[in-house]
Amino acid sequence: MSVRAASTFFYRRPNWYLALLLVPPLLWFGTVYLGSLFALLAQSFYRIDDFTAQIVREPTLATYQQVVTQRANIDIVLRTLTMAIAVTIACAIIALPIATYMARYARGRMKAFFYVGVMLPMWTSYLVKVYAWRLLLAKEGIIAWVAGKLGLLGLLEAALETPGIGGPSLSSSYIGMFIVFVYMWLPFMILPMAAALERVPGSLLQASADLGARPAQTFRNVVLPLAVPGIAAGSVFTFSLTLGDYIIPSVVGAPGYFIGMMVYVQQGTAGNIPLAAAFSVVPIVLIFAYLSIAKRFGAFDAL
Amino acid sequence: MPFERNYRPDQPSWLMRIGAFGGLVFMHVPVFIIILYAFTTEDRTYRFPPPGLTLHWFEKAFARADIWSSLSLSLAVAACATAIAMVLGTLAAFALARAKFRAKDSLTVLFVLPIALPGIVTGIALLAAMKFVDLEPSFVTIVMGHATFCTVIVYNNVIARLRRLPANWVEASMDLGAHGLQTLRYVLLPQVATAFLAGGMLAFALSFDEIIVTIFTAGKERTLPIWFFNELFRPRDRPITNVVAVIVIAVTLVPILLAYYFTRPDDEHETAR
Repeated sequence: MSVRAASTFFYRRPNWYLALLLVPPLLWFGTVYLGSLFALLAQSFYRIDDFTAQIVREPTLATYQQVVTQRANIDIVLRTLTMAIAVTIACAIIALPIATYMARYARGRMKAFFYVGVMLPMWTSYLVKVYAWRLLLAKEGIIAWVAGKLGLLGLLEAALETPGIGGPSLSSSYIGMFIVFVYMWLPFMILPMAAALERVPGSLLQASADLGARPAQTFRNVVLPLAVPGIAAGSVFTFSLTLGDYIIPSVVGAPGYFIGMMVYVQQGTAGNIPLAAAFSVVPIVLIFAYLSIAKRFGAFDAL
Repeated sequence: MPFERNYRPDQPSWLMRIGAFGGLVFMHVPVFIIILYAFTTEDRTYRFPPPGLTLHWFEKAFARADIWSSLSLSLAVAACATAIAMVLGTLAAFALARAKFRAKDSLTVLFVLPIALPGIVTGIALLAAMKFVDLEPSFVTIVMGHATFCTVIVYNNVIARLRRLPANWVEASMDLGAHGLQTLRYVLLPQVATAFLAGGMLAFALSFDEIIVTIFTAGKERTLPIWFFNELFRPRDRPITNVVAVIVIAVTLVPILLAYYFTRPDDEHETAR
């Protein structure tokens, strides 16, 4: 069969053409990825025998029961959820001026400068950034040094003495962890937000101005509502990334466990794969719940 | 409306300017700090400012065999994962860009799931599957994990470009007598090539730097991020770690800048994950 005949054959039969394209990626995703997810799900219905510490391969809900009834485990889930929500809100607030400036005001070289300026730290090594924050937050580190120079050490200490979120130093407190999370996921919020703002037609802003709105009013009543899908899309990343992370909570450590750390410890040193699997189902459920909320705000149109 | 002399709708307010530039500075300070620390003469604490500057630690790091072997392992993994991802991601993007069929929405979700779900889920899932089929962690299992999420990056880049191609170009090409391969060669590929390369570059950078999934699939293999991770918890050679950090920044910087260059000028944001 000639190339022409073959191409005509597939052009006339789009389903065959589609199948030809889809089979390799579907085979990969079906076996490697979905297969793994099902293996994970299966493991979560096993349990560990308390005496022999062996995995008992009989379907049971005992492991899930452990996750949802034990006080310590519930605390882990709530702590992680609170952090994810706080980080998402903070990212949205900090990203707003940056995204608005780069999408609506910066032109030409300045615009390119901003886009590269956001992309570079986003793609810079995750571990290197975490490591950098360890240097910044350390007791004799740069933040303490700058605070000392500015005479703000008292303020820093007062913040660290706040019960619940404080600690002996920034590098071992929830405040420090919060700062690192916000830093790490900020670009993931900025880019979708800027993309949504880029799509706001300039004529709308002129119309708003013609109708007598001041810039601040235009921003609040016209630009911001149109940026909502972008914010929703970005928040999917900030929320999901915070929920699953285990490296930041272990490096910038406060005493309490997070979901990701629990999964990591349970599969590793504790050797309790069923509990690790059941715990990792928690962020999956939370994220699907979050996705269904984000979808209503148009997150998928802005992705 | 009160008359305002300063009314300039095309100009940002000072507050926004400060927020924008302040935010940009905030995003870059930690990276500069790391580069600065690679040259410090102090080798025990993170004292700031550094008492002096030296190139000594680079010399020491380059003499370390374990760093070289981790570096070459990471490069090999990234190369293999990127190659697989560029094939699978492009195929998936071509399939889903225009076609309409019933399962399309579920497939779209499936192809972004590996980056929508936290890395730890992918990691523990792969580990659980490996236990099920008695697969020992090795180079191959690392590549399998990486290729999965790298595919998503390539897919996202290519499909974004395909969606903006006018649908009738393909028909025009066919009407003018080109067959499928010619249409692909002269119409589609020139349009998609840069997005394809950009996706590959970003996939390479992502794989080279990946730690969250790798920890679960690597077993005793030590990629550069795993070497770095161990140093974070049991610091033995702080100055060497600083140097490795700079090496990692340098290795990932090249593909990222290339990816940006390939997707200029008006579609910068398309390279987002």
